[in-house]
Amino acid sequence: MWLTSKIKQVFMVAKPGVVTLQYPFEPRPAPENFRGQPYWDHHKCIGCGGCAAHCPARTILVRDLCQELRVMVYDGSRCTYCGRCADVCPEDAITMTASYELATGSKEDVNETMELFMATCQRCGRCYDHEITNAIDRMSRIGFKYDSLEMRAVVPVSSEQFDMKLYEKTEKIKRPEKAGE
Amino acid sequence: MLANLIKKAFPRSLWVYHCNSGACNGCDIEILNVLTPYYDIERFGMKLVGSPRHADVMLISGAVTRPTLPIVKKAYEAIPAPKLVFGVGSCAVGGGCWFDCYNVTGGADKAVPIDYYIPGCPPRPEAIIYGVALALGLVEKKVAPIELKQMEFPIDMYERNKAWEERNVIYELIKD
Repeated sequence: MWLTSKIKQVFMVAKPGVVTLQYPFEPRPAPENFRGQPYWDHHKCIGCGGCAAHCPARTILVRDLCQELRVMVYDGSRCTYCGRCADVCPEDAITMTASYELATGSKEDVNETMELFMATCQRCGRCYDHEITNAIDRMSRIGFKYDSLEMRAVVPVSSEQFDMKLYEKTEKIKRPEKAGE
Repeated sequence: MLANLIKKAFPRSLWVYHCNSGACNGCDIEILNVLTPYYDIERFGMKLVGSPRHADVMLISGAVTRPTLPIVKKAYEAIPAPKLVFGVGSCAVGGGCWFDCYNVTGGADKAVPIDYYIPGCPPRPEAIIYGVALALGLVEKKVAPIELKQMEFPIDMYERNKAWEERNVIYELIKD
C-alpha cells in the first residue's frame, strides 16, 4: 500500500514535467496590455503638461528654460507605471512599452528628459499659459516657469530674461533632505 | 567591475533576508512568487532566511516609514559584512507616490545604502530575477538615461540671451 502510493506520487509528479522557466537565459515577453517603462515620442508631444498634472507620483516635471524651450523631465525612480500619462495624452505621444527589465545600480538610469520647441503667441511672444487661473497671478507673471520639487508646485516666478541663477537653483531634481532620526 | 567583486565576495549561495519597511504587500507577494517552482530562484542557490544574521542579501520593499526606519537600520547592521541591498519596487527605489509624505523617508536609500534598484509597481517576478541575475553578472544592464531633443529648434536661446545681455551693457554705457 505504502509503495503503491509512492509510485502513484512519482507518476503524478512526472506528468507535468519540468515547469520551471529558464528566465534570465531565455527571453520572456510581457503579456499584452502590460504597462512597462513609458516612452515619449518627441515628434508628437505638444508640451501641454497634461501628463505632469495627472501623474500621481509627480514624476514628470515641466520646466520652461525660456519662452521657446520647454524641458520635460521624467524621474522614473518613483514611477508607479499606472499609465495615467498615456491615458490623458491628447496626441498619444506617451506609450507604455512592454520593457520591464529596469534593474540598475543607479537611479538616474531610468530617467528621461525631453526638450521641446514651443510655439509662442504672436502678439505677446509668450507661451500659452494653462496653469494659472487666477487673474491677479496671471498679471504678475511675466515669463517662464521653473517646475521643481524644492518649490513643491508650479512656480509663478517671473523674470524678464532667462535667469541663470534661478535655473541653477532648480536644476537638480532633488527632494529637500530631512533630518534623520 | 562590481559584478566581479560580487563574484569574489559571494562565491557560494546567497541567502536572502526579506525586509518589509511599510510596503503594501504587492512587492512581497512578487518576492514570494519568485520562490515558487515556476520561477525557482533556488537555481542560483538563493534561499529565504528568517534572520538578518544568516543573510547575505537584504531585499527592502516599501518606502521606509518613520516607525520602521530605526528597525531597518538595525536589521541592516545585523547582516554580516559583505552584504548586498536590493530595493524592490517603486517605493523602495524612489519613494513611490509617498515620496514627500511627512511620515516617509522617501525611498530606502535614505535609510540604508542600496546597491541595486528594481523599479516596478510591483516589479514582475521576472524583473526581480533579472535584478538578481544582474547582481550575479549573468545578464547585462539594459537601461540608460534617455535624452530626447527636437532638432528643428532654430536658435540657441542661451547664446541669444547672453548676446542680448552683452548688447544691453553697451547700450547702458552709451546712455551716459
